[in-house]
Amino acid sequence: MANTDYTADEMMTIAAARMLRDEQVCFVGIGLPSAAANLARLTHAPNIVLIYESGTIGTRPDILPLSIGDGILADSADTVVSVPEMFRYWLQGGRIDVGFLGAAQVDKYGNINTTVIGDYRKPKVRLPGAGGAPEIATSARDILIIIRQTPRAFVERVDFITSVGLLDATTDRRALGIQGNGPAAIVTDLGILKPDPKTRELTLASIHPGITFAQVRDSTGWPLKAIEGLPTTEPPRPDELAALRDLNSRSKRADEKAVT
Amino acid sequence: MAELLTLREAVGKLIRDGDTVAMEGFTHLIPSAAGHEVARQRKTDLTLIRMTPDLIYDQLIGMGCARKLIFSWGGNPGVGSLHRLRDAIENGWPRPLEIEEHSHAGMANAYTAGASNLPFAVLRGYRGTDLPNYYPTIKFIDCPFTGEKLAAVPAIRPDVAVIHAQKADRRGNVLMWGIVGVQKEAVLAARRSIVTVEEIVDRLDAPPNAVILPGWVVSAVCEVPRGAHPSYAHGYYARDNSFYRAWDAISRTREGFLDWMNRHVMETRDFAEFQRSALG
Repeated sequence: MANTDYTADEMMTIAAARMLRDEQVCFVGIGLPSAAANLARLTHAPNIVLIYESGTIGTRPDILPLSIGDGILADSADTVVSVPEMFRYWLQGGRIDVGFLGAAQVDKYGNINTTVIGDYRKPKVRLPGAGGAPEIATSARDILIIIRQTPRAFVERVDFITSVGLLDATTDRRALGIQGNGPAAIVTDLGILKPDPKTRELTLASIHPGITFAQVRDSTGWPLKAIEGLPTTEPPRPDELAALRDLNSRSKRADEKAVT
Repeated sequence: MAELLTLREAVGKLIRDGDTVAMEGFTHLIPSAAGHEVARQRKTDLTLIRMTPDLIYDQLIGMGCARKLIFSWGGNPGVGSLHRLRDAIENGWPRPLEIEEHSHAGMANAYTAGASNLPFAVLRGYRGTDLPNYYPTIKFIDCPFTGEKLAAVPAIRPDVAVIHAQKADRRGNVLMWGIVGVQKEAVLAARRSIVTVEEIVDRLDAPPNAVILPGWVVSAVCEVPRGAHPSYAHGYYARDNSFYRAWDAISRTREGFLDWMNRHVMETRDFAEFQRSALG
């Protein structure tokens, strides 16, 4: 552990925020994706268009919402549309550059499971289910996934494909009529994984400072490979850390105030 | 024409055992008070439809009101699991619960088809996912014009839709704003409907293009202030995030859940009394 000036979660959120570009249209999942997308908006991407499935388009919340439909998302949006309109005109309509998703489980080919652990009919653990993700995963041009890396979360094969990634070694997404490119990167608390251009297998493409490859490999449920000349992720810059911590403390204060 | 009724009258009159009931509200404007009243009147064998079965369906499922749930995301938003929903699916408590699962896009389109009086909805969806392997209600068809393979889901046609809105006038015209979800589609897809509102006013004074359900498509309007709590009503009160967190502990055990429901819901007369009892 080299640097203790920031947490692994902060590194993850900052690394994910950096993957978004100004003026992109980003369909944002709640939780970790929402934190990273808003950090991008507050730092290098002030004109990014954030869209939440609750119907809020071009939203600029000054605190992080707890739920996908908090009032702050509607109050700070350019427009609020109905849920059918959101999925039909805006997502299916092909207007989304980046779909930004979280996951309970992700596999070697970037397929996402948020449905069950174990057998679908007799689940060991019942998870919330699909939500908007299956169509985000296929209709957005590119997909970013943010998830903490553990052997339970990073599995050889997901128990249930809730939202499709790159399927497997042989099936082409295009053959299923899927338009979007699928997962471009999976950002974790240990590094950044990207699909190998030939095998499609998620491969370590960047490792966060102070993390060893053995650590990442041990947190992965398949024999993880790394790209040649594996780079180290740039550590959080002071401006990034300050913006993230401001955002988090503002959100925490607002939350505590609401509890009274 | 909408009748102005108390919530107790409306639920008693319009929701029958065995009905298919869609209670909608996407995080915002969730008809919590109506959910309580369904439990209080011990409605049973319901098929419950809702994109995001959160606390209100956790309560109805835990009280044994439901035989089937059709949904697309079943969690406590920002908090975690719905323990009563999980207990019903994983252990069949208090009774086995049949489920039918979709994506949000699938359900939103199915409501739109229902409101449009079409038999099914077509969308570019469900591709590559495992859901169609389990449900015959998700199929793929070829576009008759381009040959593109598209997903099809049957229209949702509930017996009763239940929603919450900000305002109605005395003729039962309903006005809502903010995050409006699929409420309009749910009401138009249903045979009967109950709308609870924050207040009944003389004039809505809404601009053209506001989201309004004319009174003649609504069966009953009930004035229930704060009737969406712990969800929120834009312009009236904020989402009570602390209650969503508290629900995690309340609902974690069967005993704790039943005790809470009995004390605060089953043994109170209405939502106003519930709020005094449960929230102080």
